[in-house]
Amino acid sequence: MDFSIIVNEYQFYLAGLWTTTWLVTFALILGLGIAIPMGILRGSDNKFIQFPIWAFMYFFRGSPLLVQLFIIYYGAAQFEWLRESWMWTYFQEAWFCALLAFTLNTGAYTAEIVRGVISTMPKGELEAAKAYGMSKWKILRRITLPNSLRRGLPAYSNEVIFMIHGSAIAGVVTIVDITGAARVVNARYYAPFEAYFAAAILYMCLTFSAIFVFKQWEKRYRIEQ
Amino acid sequence: MQELLNYQTVLLEGAWLTLQVALLSLVLAVTLGLLGALAKISNSRVLRSIATLYTTIIRGIPDLILMLLIFFGGQILINNLSYSINETLNEYFTRSDVNHEWYSYLPDYIDVSPYFAGIMTIGFIFGAYMAETFRGAILSVEKGQIEAAIAYGMSKKKIFFRVTFPQMMRHALPGIGNNWLVLLKTTALVSIIGLQDMVKIAGDASGSTQQPFTFYFAVALVFLFFTAISSAFLKRLEMKYSIQTR
Repeated sequence: MDFSIIVNEYQFYLAGLWTTTWLVTFALILGLGIAIPMGILRGSDNKFIQFPIWAFMYFFRGSPLLVQLFIIYYGAAQFEWLRESWMWTYFQEAWFCALLAFTLNTGAYTAEIVRGVISTMPKGELEAAKAYGMSKWKILRRITLPNSLRRGLPAYSNEVIFMIHGSAIAGVVTIVDITGAARVVNARYYAPFEAYFAAAILYMCLTFSAIFVFKQWEKRYRIEQ
Repeated sequence: MQELLNYQTVLLEGAWLTLQVALLSLVLAVTLGLLGALAKISNSRVLRSIATLYTTIIRGIPDLILMLLIFFGGQILINNLSYSINETLNEYFTRSDVNHEWYSYLPDYIDVSPYFAGIMTIGFIFGAYMAETFRGAILSVEKGQIEAAIAYGMSKKKIFFRVTFPQMMRHALPGIGNNWLVLLKTTALVSIIGLQDMVKIAGDASGSTQQPFTFYFAVALVFLFFTAISSAFLKRLEMKYSIQTR
């Protein structure tokens, strides 16, 4: 075992850590952005709105993220109209395909969380707020959001951890994220144990910092009794 | 579409391999999960800390990294270990007999198959999640039940198999079901370490037919089919177990 390789090639891992961090962060932000309207509209009475959202969520929650990434990264090239359109400049890029796949995937999972939180919203609280004469925005800001955050956060923190872990497959489509860095170092020195062990440590640091941040956040929204 | 039909048999074989990997990993995961849960609630501090270390480490590392670590890293570790054992044994025998010739007591090269590494990794990962599920389920069995069993003079083993286990399964089923659905999707990763599962076959096929979208989309649909069947089956199982609660 020779860990000096890792110390010598630390800049690969640093770059990988940075790539993983921004990829996951952007995917989570964009995913949340599409999840909130989807989660709300999922309960709509209109079949034409409800069905496509159901199908989208079913597809992205029911199939592996790796396959979704491959569909976008390799599959896009099958369509000539796509290859000839302006979008091709983006679909050519591995980082864009990974970001798109991760966003849609986490969006579908988060939408399910949003739906669950909304459908179990205590009605009495909303009625009380209305009776106090609060405006719609005030109710959203003071009642709905804090209440939903409190109930949705534990599930969402799980989703964030799954996204950090899931993002490891970005290394498979040539992106130099943490996994990609480990693959590069392994290819250079043929030291798989050292290379992947270092990656495991980095992922562990990322995961446990995320868990720590969410624990603090959950504490803030806890009801004082 | 025609290309898809041409590859039908190979794809189906791949799907069968995916199912095999998933089911065998599930067996390993449930076993490890039960052991982990029992260790977590045991009185022994050593067992408790080993189980906690196990579940914490697994939750911190992505499945792909663990798989690569076990498949590539494990291969080297095993071979190094086997080599150094050979070396020590040979040195030992040379000391007593000068004419001793080098002999490989353990094989010089042990090949870790991707099939084995895949099942091991997935089973090992989901064992940790199962341990959490089982721990919660065991704790939700009423204390009075176990006290009654003790009062009847049942042995510890008998209490576990006759009282705790059947009642715990009811609480554990939803968790096991969720873990299974995630596990099923995780098996797609074995294609990365070279196993000829659905995903790998779709990759090879899309290379020669220039239709990657068709093939990967078909694979996604097969996964959806597996998930749908599992969900229906789990729902029935849960209903069956909940009737007994009145």
